[in-house]
Amino acid sequence: MENQEPLLQVEDLAVSFTSSSGTVKAVNGVSFTLHHGETIGIVGESGSGKSVTATSILRLLPPRTSSIDGGRIVFEGENLVALPPGRMRRIRGNDISMIFQDPMTSLNPVFTIGNQLVEAIRLHQQVTKKEAVKRAVEMLRLVGIPEPERRIRQYPHEFSGGMRQRAMIAIALSCHPKLLIADEPTTALDVTVQAQILRLMKELQNKLKMAIILITHDLGVVWENCDKVIVMYAGSVVETTSVNKLYVNPLHPYTWGLLDSQVQAAGDKQAKLTPIPGTPPDLRNEIAGCPFAERCGYAKEVCFEEKPELTEVEAQHHVACHFQTAASRLERNEVLI
Amino acid sequence: MSEVLLEVKNVKKYFAVSDGPFFSKKKKHVKAVDDVSFQIKRGETVGIVGESGCGKSTLARLINRLITPTSGAVRFKGRALTGLSPKEIRTERQHIQMIFQNPYASLDPRKKIEALIMEPLVIHNIGTKKERRKKVDEMLEIVGLSAYHGDRYPHEFSGGQRQRINIARALVLNPELIICDEPVSALDVSIQAQVINLLKDLQTEFHLTYLFIAHDLDVVRFISDRIMVMYLGKVVETGTCEEVYRTPQHPYTRALLSSVPLKSPFEERERIFLQGDVPSPIDPPSGCHFHERCPFAVEQCKTAAPVLSEYIAEHQVSCHLAGQI
Repeated sequence: MENQEPLLQVEDLAVSFTSSSGTVKAVNGVSFTLHHGETIGIVGESGSGKSVTATSILRLLPPRTSSIDGGRIVFEGENLVALPPGRMRRIRGNDISMIFQDPMTSLNPVFTIGNQLVEAIRLHQQVTKKEAVKRAVEMLRLVGIPEPERRIRQYPHEFSGGMRQRAMIAIALSCHPKLLIADEPTTALDVTVQAQILRLMKELQNKLKMAIILITHDLGVVWENCDKVIVMYAGSVVETTSVNKLYVNPLHPYTWGLLDSQVQAAGDKQAKLTPIPGTPPDLRNEIAGCPFAERCGYAKEVCFEEKPELTEVEAQHHVACHFQTAASRLERNEVLI
Repeated sequence: MSEVLLEVKNVKKYFAVSDGPFFSKKKKHVKAVDDVSFQIKRGETVGIVGESGCGKSTLARLINRLITPTSGAVRFKGRALTGLSPKEIRTERQHIQMIFQNPYASLDPRKKIEALIMEPLVIHNIGTKKERRKKVDEMLEIVGLSAYHGDRYPHEFSGGQRQRINIARALVLNPELIICDEPVSALDVSIQAQVINLLKDLQTEFHLTYLFIAHDLDVVRFISDRIMVMYLGKVVETGTCEEVYRTPQHPYTRALLSSVPLKSPFEERERIFLQGDVPSPIDPPSGCHFHERCPFAVEQCKTAAPVLSEYIAEHQVSCHLAGQI
């Protein structure tokens, strides 16, 4: 897979939003590569820029208040950032598709599920209405909706949360995209339904051979579903590597904090969790040094003055930290439990 | 063991919904909470888990009488809350406080933090103005904020800080029981850990009793002594956390536990995938409500509803096949 041409290459992406209270640098120099059939997870807390990164790939950001300030998004050799709107529209939904967190607000309540599926199919494929309806039924069956012939005439409110997300997936996959962006697809769902949906996405990925960008705040979802993972903090990538390496040998202090704040299974009554102190920085202010410095237990003077570059510290393992380099390592503090 | 603080006995809450066209007089009932009984002892933390629509939040609201049960009794320190007048219940609520899920929606955006935390004291007419002020400052310190934060508005705080304010507000009346309705589910993991630690510290410091509702099974396990698993308005399994998590007996509990995201990329776990979604509580399936989705269901499950009965000491299950699966 490595010598293959990558499907998607994001290089040094920078996105900002302007509002009356100032400019927010939501994404600040994000780079990653994604190959055919691969799943990459983007983890981070709210405001870390994970959703903005994903939406800018599809160029779905509000044009008036946001701008892509720099970088390239190369999809199959084409730079999406510079693409005219017409061409972009043809890629959207056809080659790259997206599913969102809340299936209720992303489906149109006044059209039937069938209408919305047929719309997507007919926009991108030259088929008759009858043929499109047939394909829509097939899609619903594929995502595991029982009685698709009847369900296709129903409205979103007649579907449960899990069913709506299945319908969303059906719409997203109706044109067999090469890349699916899933923005917290299971956050609004119950655990048993979450397990169903994630399994469905995996099955469909194998069947349709697509790549997935999975955005989540739940490391558990990453362990199970992703090949590679990007850890984001305050608009920057702080660590990226394969899922196994991140678990066995996490290197960035923020990743450590994230792992340590997880609720461990061991239910000792006296046990305490190890949270990261403080809160994420306000991105309206210029951050000179490392964005995590203020909450980092290992920060020294240089961390507040100079922003660390994302560098390859080990093979296929990139970290942005002044003290985690190929030459030197931090001693990870014992977690007090 | 210590005294029983709260006793819930055969509590039911049915909501009427109209059946059929818009103006139809025909009524059906959503059995949101259907015959639930349990006890909480002083100083204990009881966790309630279940998926959306299982009735866990309705149960919480029934306990502090935000809604009135259709039948059944709620006793707090031996006193029945169910027969009380609105005025009497308000006095009792001093001792039963609640923390809600959404820290963005549960604070009035036009009030300063000081006023928000002081409000319970004003309502219950406790202390002079000066004493109240002092108490508010004290509360802010206790939950990890500073006295000067009292002069700010809710929008100036992050989600985690707002939840701290909510905790301060629940705590200001020195309650004995705190009902936490998904207090950390809207927060990021690193912040979630801060709030969970705070809740644990406060419990030891003020000898609080918690009824802790959440859908995150790991969080509930971490904080609770005992746990109740609810499905479609009924308790299907209950016991000590240890017991239920180690040897779950009800197939639903098993499915729930097996669906929790993995702890590492190397973990191998056999998943029990449930078919379909939670059925409508208006027309729940006959017999055991879970039989349609249950991978172990037998003929008996379709007709006879199982009752919650002791499986071993301190572990009750509502399943015909308890101990046999």
